[in-house]
Amino acid sequence: MTLLADLGALLPEIALVIGAVALLTYGVFQGEESRDDLVSILCVGLLLGAVALVASTGGAAAAAFDGAFRIDAFSQFSKAIIFGAAAFAILMSADASPTGALKRFEYPVLIVLASVGMSLMVSANDLIALYMSIETQSLALYVLAAFNRDSRRSTEAGLKYFVLGALSSGLLLYGASLVYGFAGSTSFPAIAAVATGPAASPGLVVGLVFVICGLAFKVSAAPFHMWTPDVYEGAPTPVTAFFAAAPKVAAMALFARALVGAFPEAVADWRPVIAMIAVASMAVGSVSAIVQTNIKRLLAYSSIGHMGFALVGLAAGTEDGVAGVLIYMSIYVVMTVGSFACVLMMRRQGGRTENISDLSGLATTDKGLALILGVLLFSLAGVPPTGGFFGKLFVFAAAVETGMIWLAVVGVLMSAIAAFYYLRIVKIIWFDDAAPAFLREGGARLGLIASLAAALMLPGLLFLIAPLQAAANTAAASLF
Amino acid sequence: MTFGALMFYVFAFVAVASAVMVISARNPVYSVMFLISTFIATSGLFILMGAEYLAMVLVVVYVGAVAVLFLFVVMMLDVDFVELKQGFWQFAPIGGVVATIIVVELILVVAAWAFPDDASIARAHPIPTAAQTGANPDAPNNIEALGLVLYTDYVHYFQIAGLILLIAMIGAIVLTFRTREGVRRQDPASQVARRQIDSIELKQVKSGQGI
Repeated sequence: MTLLADLGALLPEIALVIGAVALLTYGVFQGEESRDDLVSILCVGLLLGAVALVASTGGAAAAAFDGAFRIDAFSQFSKAIIFGAAAFAILMSADASPTGALKRFEYPVLIVLASVGMSLMVSANDLIALYMSIETQSLALYVLAAFNRDSRRSTEAGLKYFVLGALSSGLLLYGASLVYGFAGSTSFPAIAAVATGPAASPGLVVGLVFVICGLAFKVSAAPFHMWTPDVYEGAPTPVTAFFAAAPKVAAMALFARALVGAFPEAVADWRPVIAMIAVASMAVGSVSAIVQTNIKRLLAYSSIGHMGFALVGLAAGTEDGVAGVLIYMSIYVVMTVGSFACVLMMRRQGGRTENISDLSGLATTDKGLALILGVLLFSLAGVPPTGGFFGKLFVFAAAVETGMIWLAVVGVLMSAIAAFYYLRIVKIIWFDDAAPAFLREGGARLGLIASLAAALMLPGLLFLIAPLQAAANTAAASLF
Repeated sequence: MTFGALMFYVFAFVAVASAVMVISARNPVYSVMFLISTFIATSGLFILMGAEYLAMVLVVVYVGAVAVLFLFVVMMLDVDFVELKQGFWQFAPIGGVVATIIVVELILVVAAWAFPDDASIARAHPIPTAAQTGANPDAPNNIEALGLVLYTDYVHYFQIAGLILLIAMIGAIVLTFRTREGVRRQDPASQVARRQIDSIELKQVKSGQGI
């Protein structure tokens, strides 16, 4: 394949990088004073254009650069979600920064560059590509976490994220070097050819476990979740909204591709590890969230729990399981974007509030927001007619199909515990004494995003679930 | 024992001994010095292997830039390393258990390690012979060989690495660069355009009084 044909496979990424660099140049020449939204709006346009580019390939499979970069239905599905989530994150930030700390032009540009890293992640089909794409994404995320550099908490979050991210990269690299040493190649198909049978080689399995640890850090699954609550709480809220959505999809997709693409025959080796991580994440996410008083910390634990549920589908290791993961992640992204839009609307005179007690009696002061947040919380809890229920249904069904009934039972139990704290917030909103009302000005776009997410979760998904399932099935099939 | 083999053992011993000193030295400045010695010994090993370009890169980049940067940081930041090490014994038992488990695992791994034939030959002769390194005048040298793959087979990774560096640069600027207020910059045009009338004001001062 010629270089030009290789570059054709990377068209969305190249377009995003060129666009980002052009906007960066524009921003530099405009100077510090340019606080208009032009760069943000153009970045959103770039990301939506990239979604269109990705969609235009129609899921045709192709490999570039000696198979290091692979596009197929799976990568295109994940990329569409990632770019979409990043675009919404930029849209939300523009409204949500009263102090102007996030109004600098580098902010949307860094989100675009992080999205490029994520897009390289879901297409990575080689250990070197896997590591380098993760670093591209992570480096941009570290900077974003510390973006509000005058805030002590933001810089602390950035530093914490950086140090623990470096540690996880170390684990990942160590595992990758072991895998390379025993398989003799960094390419996923070549590793798959060596890693046959349950006990292919202990070195390969030890390497695989280290790689799984590194990736579990990136999806913030327990027991590698410690950074999540601190970083989510410390980072500026619009940044947290971005962290909770797009990077999780990218890391989960990379997780699926690394395990299914490079170790398809060794599924008996990694299934118990993933199942353990899934159970631990569900437990940590459900139990630790109960005592939280800060809504951002609560959503952080909630996201740890959700990663556990998604990993149940991956533990199944089947085509249905991966399809379940994709369905779960798409629904999770919509719920997360919606609930963070609601959190961003919690503003009072003198700044944003983040305590759950501030939501007290919201139903009497702002019925619309209470209704939207209620729907999203029911969906996060996985109560039947909402979207969250369908996500859980597919991953648990995949686990049962492969004979892991115990895992599905644990999952159902954990989601029952998790339902407690989601419903507790619903109770605070609807039945407690009213706290002072939130400010309404300037939140129109956030309100629109939140209501869109809620509409997708309650009536919307009943109609959309069939096409979503079809797309996810095609995507998962391209991986096997 | 040939001269090459002797040099191998000298460099190997210096590298390992210095590496041990890096983590055991009490004074952080000594640690950095031993780190430099490790780098130099390792670059010697690279030369013995016939990888002269890597050896030079190691000296230029790691000794010349990275280690000197470490030295600056260690000397300029007032970090109390004794205080940093205080929690050591408190966490030593847990760390010890984890380390033991990992060491046992790795021993199991190494025990199962099947060396390919090439590796056994390399083990028997730590220093490659001329035939092994392909020492013929027509073969591409280190840099050429690197360039042949770097911009062809590995161009994807090369470009991603460039992107990572771009992001690192943006990050450093975003997090540290501040436009300072009240800086007096030279503006030649306005300096030339300055006239006497604008800058000098004549006052009639009566004798015995101030302005």
